[in-house]
Parts: sequence; C-alpha cells; structure tokens
Amino acid sequence: MTREEIKQADNIVATKPRLLNDNTMHYCPGCSHGVVHKLVAEVIEEMGAEHIAIGIAPVGCAVMAYNYLDIDWIEAAHGRAPAIATAAKRLNPSRLVFTYQGDGDLAAIGTAETIHAANRGENIAIIFINNGIYGMTGGQMAPTTLEGQVTSTTPYGRRVELNGYPLKISELLAMLDGTCYVTRQSVHTAASVRKAKKALRKAFENSMAGRGTSVVEVVSTCNSGWKMTPAKANEWMEEHMFAKYPIGDLKDTTADQ
Amino acid sequence: MESITYMEDEVKLMKGNEAVAHAAIRYGVDGYFGYPITPQSEILETLEELMPWESTGMVVLQAESEIAAINMVYGGAATGKACMTSSSSPGISLKQEGISYIAAGELPALIVNCMRGGPGLGTIQPSQADYFQATKGGGHGDYHLIVLAPASVQEMADFVGLGFDLAFKYRNPVMMLADGIVGQMMEKVVLPPMRPRRTDEEIAQQCPWAVTGRPEGRKPNIMTTLELDPVAMERNNIRLQETYRRISENEVRFEEHCTDDCEYLIVAFGSVARICQKAMEEARERGLKVGILRPITLWPFPTEEVKRLSKKVKAILVVELNAGQMIEDVRLSLEDRVPVHHYGRMGGIVMDPADVLEALNNIIE
Repeated sequence: MTREEIKQADNIVATKPRLLNDNTMHYCPGCSHGVVHKLVAEVIEEMGAEHIAIGIAPVGCAVMAYNYLDIDWIEAAHGRAPAIATAAKRLNPSRLVFTYQGDGDLAAIGTAETIHAANRGENIAIIFINNGIYGMTGGQMAPTTLEGQVTSTTPYGRRVELNGYPLKISELLAMLDGTCYVTRQSVHTAASVRKAKKALRKAFENSMAGRGTSVVEVVSTCNSGWKMTPAKANEWMEEHMFAKYPIGDLKDTTADQ
Repeated sequence: MESITYMEDEVKLMKGNEAVAHAAIRYGVDGYFGYPITPQSEILETLEELMPWESTGMVVLQAESEIAAINMVYGGAATGKACMTSSSSPGISLKQEGISYIAAGELPALIVNCMRGGPGLGTIQPSQADYFQATKGGGHGDYHLIVLAPASVQEMADFVGLGFDLAFKYRNPVMMLADGIVGQMMEKVVLPPMRPRRTDEEIAQQCPWAVTGRPEGRKPNIMTTLELDPVAMERNNIRLQETYRRISENEVRFEEHCTDDCEYLIVAFGSVARICQKAMEEARERGLKVGILRPITLWPFPTEEVKRLSKKVKAILVVELNAGQMIEDVRLSLEDRVPVHHYGRMGGIVMDPADVLEALNNIIE
C-alpha cells in the first residue's frame, strides 16, 4: 500500500485540529498543556463555535495560548481571568467564553475572582491546569503543591506548619450554588484524554445553555518543574497527585439535561 | 461655549455621583462594574435603582473587589464595549494594575475617582491628593491617562460623554478626577440627551480590534499586553508615546476667570477652583487684581497657558486640597521666571475663601 492509499478519510483516526495552528509550542516536552490545547481546539471545532469563542489566557505557562489556538483571545492579568470572562460573557451573552488557568493563577492570586465568578454562576467554562507547581517562573510552590513536595521555594519539601495544606479548590468550587459542573480529569493516557475531551465539551455546552459555571480541572504533569522524565512524571502523578486530587466528577447538576 | 436651550423640566437637582450614573445610561454605556466605597457609592446605587439593563441593556454589576471591577472593565473594553468603573482613593490604588493593563492594551475606558483624604484608609472627607497618581501614571510602566477634573455636578455629567469620546478617539483610558465635594454636593444639572447603545455591527466597524469571536476569514483578534521581544516592546512604547503626543497637542482644556488684567494668578482645579473664585471676587473688591486658571484636563496639563499668563503676573498661588502636587506641573511650565506659592489643606479639611485670601495677602506682602 502506498502512503497516499493509506491517507484515506476512512483510515484517519486522528488529525491536527484546524484551529491548532503551526506555531511551535514553547511548552516543555512531556507537558500536559499541549494535549489540553489540542482538546480545546477539537471541541470548539466540533461545536462549530470558533466564530463565537473567546478564550481568556492566564499568566503562567499558558500565557501565550493565543499563539496556538486560532480563536479570539484576551490575555488576563495574573489571576483575573474569571473577572474578565464575567464581563466578556455578560456583555456578549451569545459568545462561548472560557478561561484557561493554572494553579497559581486560579487558586492563589486569583482565588477571589475564581470563587466569586463561580458563586455568581457566570455562564463560563473554567479550564484549570493543576500541576502542583509554578511552571513559568521556574518551579516554585503552588497552592496545590503536595505535602513534602520539593520545589524551589520549598527546597526541603512543603511543610504544612509553614505553608499550609494543598488547596483542593475544585472541591471548594463544587460547594458553591453557582457551579453546575465540576470535574477532575487528566490527559496522561489515551482513555483519560477521551474523557477529558468529553468533560470540556460538556462544560462548553453548559456555558452556552446558561446553566452556570463549569470547572474542568486537569491534573497535569510539569516534568521540568518536578525534575523528572515525562514517563516518570506520569507515574509520580498517578501515585501522588491522584491520591490528593482524585479523578472524577465532583458535581454535576446537569446530568438529566 | 454655545448656549443651550432646554425645557425647564430637563433641569434636575442631584448629586454629582448621581449625575454620573444618569449620564452613563444616557450616553449608551455598555457596562458599569463597581464596588462600594464612600464617597462615591451613589454611582453604583443609582445605577442599580435605575435598572438600565431593562431599558438600554446596559450591564451593571457589583464586583467582589475593586480589582475584579477594573478587570471586568478591561475584559468588556477588550470586546469593544464602552465600559466604566468608579471608586475613591484607596479603591483606585487597588485598580492601578488593571489601569496599567488597559493603557497598555490601548483600550477605551472611563474610570471615575471621587477623591477622599489619604494616605492609607484616610478619611471619607474630600481631598485632591491623588493628583500625582492620576497624572503621573499610578500603575507600572510609561503610560498616561487623560485626566478630566470636574468642578460642578454639570461637569460630572458632561465628562462621562466627553471621557468616552476621548477614550474611543485615542484608544486610551480616561480618568474623571472628581472629589468628595463635587461627588456629594447637589446642584442643578441638565442631563445629556439619550442615545442608543452601539449595535454589534457598529462596534465591529468602530473597533476592528475588538475580541468578539473570530468570523471566518479574519485573523484572530488578541488582546495582549505581553511582548517578550524588547525591540517590539520598545515599538509598542513608542506608539503609546505618539498617542500621548497627539493628545497633548489637541486635548488641553482649561477655563479662565479675570485673567485679562490680573497681576496675581490662582491656579486651582475641581471644587477648589470654585472656592478660589469666591476669594478672587473678594480680592477684587479690595482692589487686588486676581485671576484664576482652572485646568480642566490635568493631563495633558495646560502648560502653554500657564507659561503665557506667567509673563504678566507678579506671582502665582496654587491652591489644592493636598500638600502641593499640581504645583509641580505649574513650576515645570514656568522655567522659574515667576514666584510660585502653594496653599493647601489636607486630610479632608477644605479651605474657605477667606483662607485663600489670606494666602494671597501673604504672598503680596
């Protein structure tokens, strides 16, 4: 069989989504961001929503998400994405508005904006990449850093008596009346990628149906920050991160809808 | 100024803060995002009471903080909508990061500061101590706001429209630098006529940069203030400075009283200029030739006019509700040719005309 014969529509099981452009990603090899970007691009494309999609980029490793996804974007100040999304959505109710934030952005500096946007039940989707570390600034402690985890600002491991406890912010958000769907996913296996994609689709559909705030946490690896090989990082995530941040739906009030 | 004819029932009696709320609805503002703080809470309260979302479709939202409110303005402005916020001094300090982003993003927006005495939590009494913050930057980076200083309830109403017109003309945030006196006092005001909010089509035409969702065939619109390439970042800065140069050339506004024959010049802005007007009248009754220059735009500052007037006066008295802030811009305009004196009250104490008169007498002697 020739190459061209193989490249028939029937044989193609995966392609690069149209909305993911050809720019070389700045993410480290092994990082979860690239996979989540691809899923966001696929979902928007499959929903036919690129003409109404407005992404809010964070400060953190994904600050330049707008370099890779060919949709309209607003880059936020650190932590403020949910406030920006609130205004973008309220002033443009027909638009699909989502934020894409890391753990430092969403659960440290932006905690107030995150909780209040969710508590108001803003019709937005919040994509939350939780890799337990500040990636962009070089591997400092995040609110979600695990107890004992070594980072550049916890060189002897996170100690709760000094730094408090890892913040389970999705559990907190699930308690709020304004959220309709809070789920925790990962993208480190083929099966988990498929589930994460479904969750993203559901979150986006909730936003467009006006059901309230949806949160999709993606427990992710930061092999550079964790100082591990990508394969080792996946193992470490399964063993340690999933123990603290178990995968699955935390809340779904839309199950019957 | 052209004369305006109006029906008697169009003249209303209200506070400056209330006038801002009415003017915002009438101008066709798309979004107001606020947070309570004295002495400006009437703006948010009046908007909530008037429920403009049912009449014009204007969004009004009480945010969880001043920080969230200014970022809502940033987000709304990025979609091409006319958005505003208001606060008072400590709250305006909290907004500075967002204001820097709005300036860097070249976004039109209106920020109302109804100043109170500081520093710190300070007092709820009026002050003009945020002059430096408003005119010299406030947030990080090389940027300028267009700063309008209203001296009456009428101007608080009028500067909403003027502020947005300038903001959209130059794609630059505008600050209305009011104070607790003009915000709180009640005066007669003629509200601006109702005009419809812009349609999405009009916004797309007026703001081709707006983040609205990408129609087929258009490149993504990206509102970002990040530029890691220093050459490109310097280019961005040069573009901003070019905007500030155009604003400085075209938008200087001021008002003068009795400056034709004056020997002593008072420079004062906002409510203080009106106190000084009374002092000037009393001075003239005593034979002292006093005039007033009231800068309306604090940035751009009426440098040339100060310079022109300085050539014929013996001394200048700068009167402010602070320890001496605008006096620096007056001095910079003069090249030290004329003695410049300052008279100010701080911490929420407001001078009365007799105080100004005494200050004048002191410099004359």
